[in-house]
Amino acid sequence: MALRRTYVRSMDGWWRRDPFFIHYMAREATAVFVVAYALILLAGVIRLSQGEAAFGEWLEGLANPWSIAFHVALCAIFAYHTWSWFRIMPKTMPPVVVGGRRLPGAAITALGLAAAAIASAAFVAFVAWLAS
Amino acid sequence: MPEPRTITVEVLRYQPAKGTNPYVDRWTIPYTEDMSVLQGLQYIKDTLDGSLTFRWSCRMAICGSCGMMIGGVPKLACRTFLRDLAPGPVRVEALAHFPIERDLVVDAEDFVGKLERIKPWIEPREPRTLEEGPYTQTPAQLARYESFSHCINCMLCYSACPQYGLNPDFLGPGLTALLHRYNSDSRDGASAERMQLVHSEEGVWSCTAVGYCSEVCPKQVDPANAVNVNKTASAIDWFARFLPGKR
Amino acid sequence: MKRSNQPVFWVLFGAGGMLSALLGAALVFVTGIAAPLHWLPTRTMGYEGVLAFCRNGAGKAFVFAVISLFLWHGAHRIYHSLHDLGLHTGMVAKAACYGLAAAATILAAATLLQLGF
Ligand code: SF4
Ligand code: FES
Repeated sequence: MALRRTYVRSMDGWWRRDPFFIHYMAREATAVFVVAYALILLAGVIRLSQGEAAFGEWLEGLANPWSIAFHVALCAIFAYHTWSWFRIMPKTMPPVVVGGRRLPGAAITALGLAAAAIASAAFVAFVAWLAS
Repeated sequence: MPEPRTITVEVLRYQPAKGTNPYVDRWTIPYTEDMSVLQGLQYIKDTLDGSLTFRWSCRMAICGSCGMMIGGVPKLACRTFLRDLAPGPVRVEALAHFPIERDLVVDAEDFVGKLERIKPWIEPREPRTLEEGPYTQTPAQLARYESFSHCINCMLCYSACPQYGLNPDFLGPGLTALLHRYNSDSRDGASAERMQLVHSEEGVWSCTAVGYCSEVCPKQVDPANAVNVNKTASAIDWFARFLPGKR
Repeated sequence: MKRSNQPVFWVLFGAGGMLSALLGAALVFVTGIAAPLHWLPTRTMGYEGVLAFCRNGAGKAFVFAVISLFLWHGAHRIYHSLHDLGLHTGMVAKAACYGLAAAATILAAATLLQLGF
């Protein structure tokens, strides 16, 4: 027992050890952008409450080329969030049994992605309808 | 005669008696098509360096004692083949996130202590006497927990879980799966007790759904699913406390 | 054993994660790309159009849900990511992350209510 001296390895930089962890960290990092987008919308609502001129300034800000570029990047990041969200879904939700057999994970992911595509299309169609 | 093939095996060594930090030893060994990493290590121990220390028993992926990091991924050494790692070198290290006892042997005390805490046995829902006969179960009732009962306690999932590495208080993937196995058993009556552990700060809430545990599990137990299903159950219970007529 | 209070935050995280997974990219496209590039008629994303949307009960609820749940989702992930990165600041990180989401939720609710119906 006297010679028992265990060695504890450091966790520093653990996310660089495996590509799986790099994907995980990328998934978690999308959160920063989700927050950023929510804050942009919150600013819009506040500017809206301050009247037409204030809201016009907010809209002008959105039309800035940097803002457009940022939103294009945001769009891609949200799409990655969607993909990663439904990819982990089979592990996070209770098993779905259809006809006595457990629904395979890939099917759950596919259904989730299909739901996202339909919801997004419906939303864009709704906005287009509002505009018409 | 074909040339005997060789492969280099690199092992992270730790010999506490030498009083040094871990260091790497390299050996180039001959191997055949059917040789596992475990057999490679046994070759080294038998012919090159008798001090090399590692655990094994069944050599057929059922005892769960030969887990180690092979090429940085937690694997069972007895079912990982050298031919699949050619041309090498093959990097072998003790299971991540556990303290190293010596070479490839880790200190499993934490795991074993937690294993006791989850009460890994059936506490009869309604005790029966011998005369009343055995506890029966339908195939559907068996199906509810069967996959979770395949766990061999190999701890690979713990080495795949950064949350366990960052916070060793976390009950962790494999034992939550085993806990879930007993809680889902129609014959068991200790679910409420085990749920106290699930609800606690050491319970399921350290999990951030990394999901790697289920990828490395050699028995397709899907411990990530067990942990996350219990998050849902624990959350429902958390809110149900405020319903009238509850507690 | 101390009971964890994470369920509350986890439920909000999950709701926000699901909402943003279903609609996030489409929302960004509409508000951040299509509208400023005038792919939509100006009045839709103009002052009048947005005000009318935010005065409608359902529109108000939708805008509130998006802002608040996206923030709870992000705050929860960021809180855990700080721990992942080895910044075990405990209560400070918790207060900052969840505090931001709570403050933004209150601000969004108050502003949206102030816009009237
Ligand atoms: S859940 Fe799988 S990886 Fe984890 S201890 Fe059990 S058998 Fe091993
Ligand atoms: S030696 Fe038993 S699992 Fe590998």
